[in-house]
Amino acid sequence: MAATVPPTGLSQQAAPLKRLTGAARGDQLFRLVLTICAIVIPVLLLALVLMLVRGAAPAIARFGLGFAATKTWDPVAGQFGAFPMIVGTLLTSLLALLIAVPLSLGVAVYLTEFAPGFLRRPVAMVIELLAAIPSVVYGLWGVFVLIPLLQRAVFPFLRSLLGFLPFFQGAIYGPSVLAASIILAIMIMPFIMSVSREVLLAVPNSQREAAMALGATRWEAVRTAIIPYARSGIVGAVILGLGRALGETMAVTMLIGNRHDSSMSLFAPGYTMAAAIANEFNEAATPMHYAALTYVALLLFVITVLVNAAARLLIWRVSRGGVSGAKAE
Amino acid sequence: MSTTLDSPVAPMRPMAPRVKMAPREPAREPVANEEPAIEVRNFSFWYGRTQALRDVSFTAPRRAVTALIGPSGCGKSTLLRSINRMNDLIPDTRVSGELVVEGTSVYGSVIDLVAHRQRVGMVFQRPNPFPKSIFDNVAYGPMLNALCTRRDLPDLVEECLRRAALWDEVSDRLDSPATGLSGGQQQRLCIARALGNRPTVLLMDEPCSALDPIATQKVEELIFELKRDYTIVIVTHNMQQAARVSDYTGFFDRGGVLVELGGTNQIFTNPKQERTEAYITGRFG
Repeated sequence: MAATVPPTGLSQQAAPLKRLTGAARGDQLFRLVLTICAIVIPVLLLALVLMLVRGAAPAIARFGLGFAATKTWDPVAGQFGAFPMIVGTLLTSLLALLIAVPLSLGVAVYLTEFAPGFLRRPVAMVIELLAAIPSVVYGLWGVFVLIPLLQRAVFPFLRSLLGFLPFFQGAIYGPSVLAASIILAIMIMPFIMSVSREVLLAVPNSQREAAMALGATRWEAVRTAIIPYARSGIVGAVILGLGRALGETMAVTMLIGNRHDSSMSLFAPGYTMAAAIANEFNEAATPMHYAALTYVALLLFVITVLVNAAARLLIWRVSRGGVSGAKAE
Repeated sequence: MSTTLDSPVAPMRPMAPRVKMAPREPAREPVANEEPAIEVRNFSFWYGRTQALRDVSFTAPRRAVTALIGPSGCGKSTLLRSINRMNDLIPDTRVSGELVVEGTSVYGSVIDLVAHRQRVGMVFQRPNPFPKSIFDNVAYGPMLNALCTRRDLPDLVEECLRRAALWDEVSDRLDSPATGLSGGQQQRLCIARALGNRPTVLLMDEPCSALDPIATQKVEELIFELKRDYTIVIVTHNMQQAARVSDYTGFFDRGGVLVELGGTNQIFTNPKQERTEAYITGRFG
């Protein structure tokens, strides 16, 4: 390299070159530190998976993949199957989304597009405060306030109205799949609401103006221009909520009734994977029970990873319009 | 402060920098008893306590280009955005005076804003296509306002894209996202989108300020074509552009005062007001 530099330029360039190398050494150290930090995360993840697989190995060897499709869970007889828990986990999360998404999206749209100025910040702040309440407090509230209310008023009403559907039949216990779903919905609403609010706030005014200038009413502008523009961010908000719902343990354990059973009725008690692990881990009597619970944990891990991967795919697919739109601004 | 139009524009040479353009045809002689498309009488506008327009009286003749020029903060954009009431989106604004578009009082009590904005198209400073396909962008207005059936939509979209001189560039990829177009194409798409509503008036708020010179030239040629059918009001920072594309020019000064309004030729060659002369010769602004 140096040979190609004319001799006259060489002496003048030597000094600054040296200084540059000195700075680069500091950079190299910094880079090393950051690289280590970055490697720690995947290593942790890997360690977690390894631990789960090793802990679950006896159960995996004994029950295989059929574990996920088996209904019996009998620690005394040493028979374990996670099907009701998997269904319970997916069902409660899905129901929670079904309740929470329209509500939180409505609130977000109201706060960004329609609310008078003095309301916007205070309401948003209160909702974000909801996210800071520990889940055991939600659980307590659920047990003492929500369940009696549901039992007395809401469930009988639902049964008389929609009783022809299998989901709304049967005896009304307090703790149930539906009660857990409702508390989950309340818990994930602040997340979905505040993220989609941020996303809606980030929609450039020019999009709003473009729609209004073409004769859109405020509502039409929201429906046809603003939400489509923000949709990949909104999907992201929903996924965040789903992730919370899948893993939520405490409040669900307190409200779902903890029964290893999968009934069609939403009034019946059920179980989720997270609740089962939290409930039974301390009382796991036999090594097989312990291994089965670890197997459940592994499955929960896999399900959350799959859900998140599917969500990424979804975001990637819907954002082919939206994100490039953001880029154009 | 009332300013009236006194001279139709004679054919004039484009000012430097020279842009090659179709030969300029003389502006239509204003018909004696023809009502102007836009008539503004003693119009004032406040943002909170700041007055942005002071007692402005102004007319924009039909099927001609009226340019609004002036230094930053002179209220020219405010006036433009008052014509289709886009300023409604800003809280705490007040108006007084009259603003009449095609016989309808825009700030009157009986106006149907949706129908009004359909008649008055707007093109913004930065191209703002929706993140939808090219087709859906142009179809947005007609679908929203149910102006035509789904079956006639392709014809309407094609017509608008042709009028916006974009058809040849995009006819083979109507389904691809509008955001993939270049800046100049996006702006012409926004013009096509505005035409989709079949407006009579087109408002342009510095439509070329985010475009490169070649794209600017295309949009200017387009404006020249469009004035056969539309009343165009254009706000521009670029005086050469005003001289090139407009038939009439209004000069605003700071404080929201319309200093002078007249034929573009007269304003640029023989301004009546000293302030106007100072501005167009570049002594301030």
